[in-house]
Amino acid sequence: MIPAQFDYVRPASLAEACQELGSDEDAKVLAGGQSLLPFLRLRLAYPSKLVDIGRLADLRGVHDRGDHVHIGAMTTHDEVMRSPVVREGCPLLALTAAQVADPAIRHRGTFGGSLAHADPAGDLPAAVLALDGVFVAASASGEREIPAAEFFVDYLESSLRQGEILAGVRIPKLGAGWGFHYEKFHRTAQAWAIVGVAAAVRRSNGSIAEARIALTNMGPTPVRARAVETALQGVELGDQVRQACVEAAADTSPPADLHAQPDYRRHLAKVLTDRAVRAAAGAP
Amino acid sequence: MPRITVTVDGIQYEQDVEPRLLLVHLLRERLGKTGTPVGCDTSNCGACTVLLDGKSAKSCSVLAVQADGCDVVTIEGLGANGSLHPMQQAFHEEHALQCGYCTPGMVMAAIDLLRQDPDPSEETIRQGLEGNLCRCTGYCNIVRAVRRGAQEMGQAVSRP
Ligand SMILES: Cc1cc2nc3c(=O)[nH]c(=O)nc-3n(C[C@H](O)[C@H](O)[C@H](O)COP(=O)(O)OP(=O)(O)OC[C@H]3O[C@@H](n4cnc5c(N)ncnc54)[C@H](O)[C@@H]3O)c2cc1C
Ligand code: FES
Ligand code: FES
Repeated sequence: MIPAQFDYVRPASLAEACQELGSDEDAKVLAGGQSLLPFLRLRLAYPSKLVDIGRLADLRGVHDRGDHVHIGAMTTHDEVMRSPVVREGCPLLALTAAQVADPAIRHRGTFGGSLAHADPAGDLPAAVLALDGVFVAASASGEREIPAAEFFVDYLESSLRQGEILAGVRIPKLGAGWGFHYEKFHRTAQAWAIVGVAAAVRRSNGSIAEARIALTNMGPTPVRARAVETALQGVELGDQVRQACVEAAADTSPPADLHAQPDYRRHLAKVLTDRAVRAAAGAP
Repeated sequence: MPRITVTVDGIQYEQDVEPRLLLVHLLRERLGKTGTPVGCDTSNCGACTVLLDGKSAKSCSVLAVQADGCDVVTIEGLGANGSLHPMQQAFHEEHALQCGYCTPGMVMAAIDLLRQDPDPSEETIRQGLEGNLCRCTGYCNIVRAVRRGAQEMGQAVSRP
């Protein structure tokens, strides 16, 4: 299948890219193209112009900034999963990126593209939400920070405004004692998550001191499982963890589709949260 | 219309392309590289896999303009002097194909896998080929072929 016609520009700087985007409301950013090109080929989108940010070196790469890790929007999934800085400073993202799609798609698909696309079935949005990442949006009028909790607005909709480009994300480092896991449930290897759970857990003396849990594909946006986070505080590792996870699907509105009905997704959310928390805590 | 320069299987081409032209169509319809097939509409099957600047990519999911200045290797660029590449030979020996439609993509993905891990386990091979679907063989012979191809390639390198 062949996409409908569009214009194509490859700006030499972020400022120029913002200008190109700001001057045409039907223009779209082209990053890795691994979500956009399938959309264009199926003619689900008709942009007037693609602004290719694929060669903007400033947007690419991972940087250790002391208390946080900065990940440029154009860093590919493959680079994120292999980056020593990510593995050290925010290992949850390396674990999660490794579970996105397949190797060929991970070579081209980008960290920023996955987030800006705001697909609730995408794996990285939940992981960044669990880590309270801070999104850096660039536009002709400068930069703006958006907390993860405000970035995802609705199905395929982020809080980026017209003319804004996601430049990168700051991931605050969690100190010692934290463990991480991303539990993804899908039917075939390269498929999207039916439900996914991103977990960060801090252990102290055989109990859980603190937990951060975010869910993939349990509503139109990724969501934090706040009820479980509260219930897990002070819980000893063992059977009580499962008990604390029963509220995992509280306040969610999971979709119905080919793969699962909402009640099955609610069931999965409980089971997978329990698994993710145990794995993050290093418990059997 | 943008003009691009792209090297495919060692030969440099200059082409005027519509922005919407997909890399796979550039390869097949302009350059006659029909060794790279299209197997799906959804970027799932991997039949169209090529190496783009040395890394595997699904050529149905890349615009030709995005490949401007890049180096592309297709299945047609693997063999040398009329003989098959060791990975192609291994697919042949192990009967790793029936209709052969997925084979170009499988071979390219397998070669990409060896770039990261020259001696992959069966599990690593299965994961490395997760983006390539075969509707005929059931994968067992494909996995065996990749093991064999890896061994042959390892020997080829270590031979004096
Ligand atoms: C077969 C297949 C399986 C997949 N499986 C998974 C999976 O299991 N899990 C998963 O998470 N993802 C999966 N993906 C999607 C993949 O992760 C994509 O790489 C990702 O969703 C989009 O990143 P991209 O760089 O390719 O963005 P593009 O496709 O280039 O862009 C996607 C959208 O985001 C916008 N955009 C991109 N970058 C920016 C930016 N910096 N600023 C503003 N807007 C921007 C674009 O305008 C576009 O609307 C799959 C894709 C395919 C084809
Ligand atoms: S044709 Fe490219 S993935 Fe199927
Ligand atoms: S051999 Fe027929 S699809 Fe793989």
